[in-house]
Amino acid sequence: METVLLLAHVEPDGSLARSAREALHAARELHKAITGSNLLVALVGESVQGAADSIAGCPATKYFGAIGAELSQSRYGTDAAAAAALCQAAQATIVVAPATSRWNRVLPGVAQRLGGQVDSHVTGLGHAGGKPTVNRWYYRQRIEAALTRTHRPWFILIDPSSQTACDCGAGTAAVELVPVNLAGVGGHTTVIGIREPKADAQTIRPDASLLFVTGAGWTKKQADGQTHVAEAERLILDFLKVTRASLGSSKSLVDLGGEGQAVLPFLSHLNQIGQTGSTPRHAKGLSTCCHGEEPHTVGWRFIGERRAISLDPNCGWARGKADVLYVADAFAVISKTNELLNSNQ
Amino acid sequence: MNAYHIVVCGSIVPDPLQTLEPVTTATGPALKNEMMLPAVLDPWAGHALYEAANLARSAPGSKVWLVSLGPKAKLQQVMMTVAQKVPFELVALDAPAGGFAEAADVAAALAESIQAIPGLDHAKLLVFGGWESASRGAGVTMQMVGERLGIVDQFQGVDQLVINPDGSLEILERVEGGKHQVSRCAGPPALLGWATGNLPEPKNNPQVGMANMRTAMPALQKARPTKLASAGLEFVSVTRPRELRATRIVKDKSPGEIAAEIVQWIRK
Repeated sequence: METVLLLAHVEPDGSLARSAREALHAARELHKAITGSNLLVALVGESVQGAADSIAGCPATKYFGAIGAELSQSRYGTDAAAAAALCQAAQATIVVAPATSRWNRVLPGVAQRLGGQVDSHVTGLGHAGGKPTVNRWYYRQRIEAALTRTHRPWFILIDPSSQTACDCGAGTAAVELVPVNLAGVGGHTTVIGIREPKADAQTIRPDASLLFVTGAGWTKKQADGQTHVAEAERLILDFLKVTRASLGSSKSLVDLGGEGQAVLPFLSHLNQIGQTGSTPRHAKGLSTCCHGEEPHTVGWRFIGERRAISLDPNCGWARGKADVLYVADAFAVISKTNELLNSNQ
Repeated sequence: MNAYHIVVCGSIVPDPLQTLEPVTTATGPALKNEMMLPAVLDPWAGHALYEAANLARSAPGSKVWLVSLGPKAKLQQVMMTVAQKVPFELVALDAPAGGFAEAADVAAALAESIQAIPGLDHAKLLVFGGWESASRGAGVTMQMVGERLGIVDQFQGVDQLVINPDGSLEILERVEGGKHQVSRCAGPPALLGWATGNLPEPKNNPQVGMANMRTAMPALQKARPTKLASAGLEFVSVTRPRELRATRIVKDKSPGEIAAEIVQWIRK
């Protein structure tokens, strides 16, 4: 009999993140598909009662918790000890968890510790021929596979934004606290805190509905034979300010800095999307001055509606990959777009 | 500064510009003409190697090993270039390096090779690697290597490592929303899965290449054949996405008209 365990960590404010609710949805669907299975919930954090109560309406039959001040922080040693203790207490055969940076760091190690196997960046769960299956991408989102495993425990990390969030109601959950032996596992590493750009310099917004992708064309010579990097910077930042879009960049544009060329100073490798960057999920994407073929365009594999502005009507980035390609000068179009957006505010 | 024994785990991947087509073989899924595809050092593992070399340069007495698992012939090809970048000693494992290989098996082979490195001092050990590969892209192998080596100070998505005057390691890891978590680790042993880091790719240095190849060629010749079992793993389907969008090409509109259309679309 399968025991499906949702394993999540609570946020600093004691709540459950959307990614955890998405993983709960996936776990619940898997539990429904496997006849005779159990659904359990295990939570890690400084305090977990509030988070457990917030999902008490879900069909889980038991709630486990690992709590303590040390578990309020994201750290391999303490998280591994807590996650392993919870999985053992629940006797889980399938562990479903959100693929947050915290769980991505630790759960593969926990799978190893418990003699299990792990699949990360899972974008879908199914059930075929009596076996649970997961979908994930290989070669940087260029090949998709569905796979199944007979080995247990099986850890499945669900990519955020790939699932519907569970909307099960609140109530009162009886949480069984599981003791965690943290002796010798946490003291060697101290979490200092989170470093983030100033509020007005933060250009990565995972929750934005629009991804704005900038390509190397912004820093190249324009029709007058000159580069206009300062103007590009102003236009892009104005656009981000008024739309609250998230900013992505092609690798070439990010790499220009390392090559000593003129750069847009607000771009870092964290903005990079594509083969060696991220593949964010947003409802819409607008690319500007981007050129390239498949390896680069995988950066917007998971973007819903896609539009592009490029001077090249045959641009491999856009043709066949975007819904609309505007053959135009991005400087002129974004300038006009900003005017319209500002005047309509 | 303390001396470190830095072991970098890094394999090879198909050149990103190649078109990849999955095929089914007797041993499971693979890439069409996989052995013919030009290969490169896995990008994030490459960053890890450059960061390792940079740290070793600033900490006299340190040494860098590159533990690489892949088909021997392809490894040799890639090492001809990689060896010219920074000084390291190669430890080669002869095994399939494709994305469909089981991460747990790869981790077991890597950990075993690391433990067998003569003279490796656990008290000085820093294990580096890419936080994800460009093939399997799972981001799980390094953690399993760390567990097998008994390392509980692990960091993933690392963009910066600073050695403090007291010998502690200050580490920046990528977290959600374009932010970094800052942690301080008292010292080795530790494992760091690198993201991009801060260093550019070093220029080729033929002298470094010649020095490296003196040890790399024997290492390649005695590369241990390694079997990856993938027990209990079954691929149900492996496909390329066929989605091709019917792109509407707008050529004859003014910037103002296009802007109006974009604004309407954004607000929809």
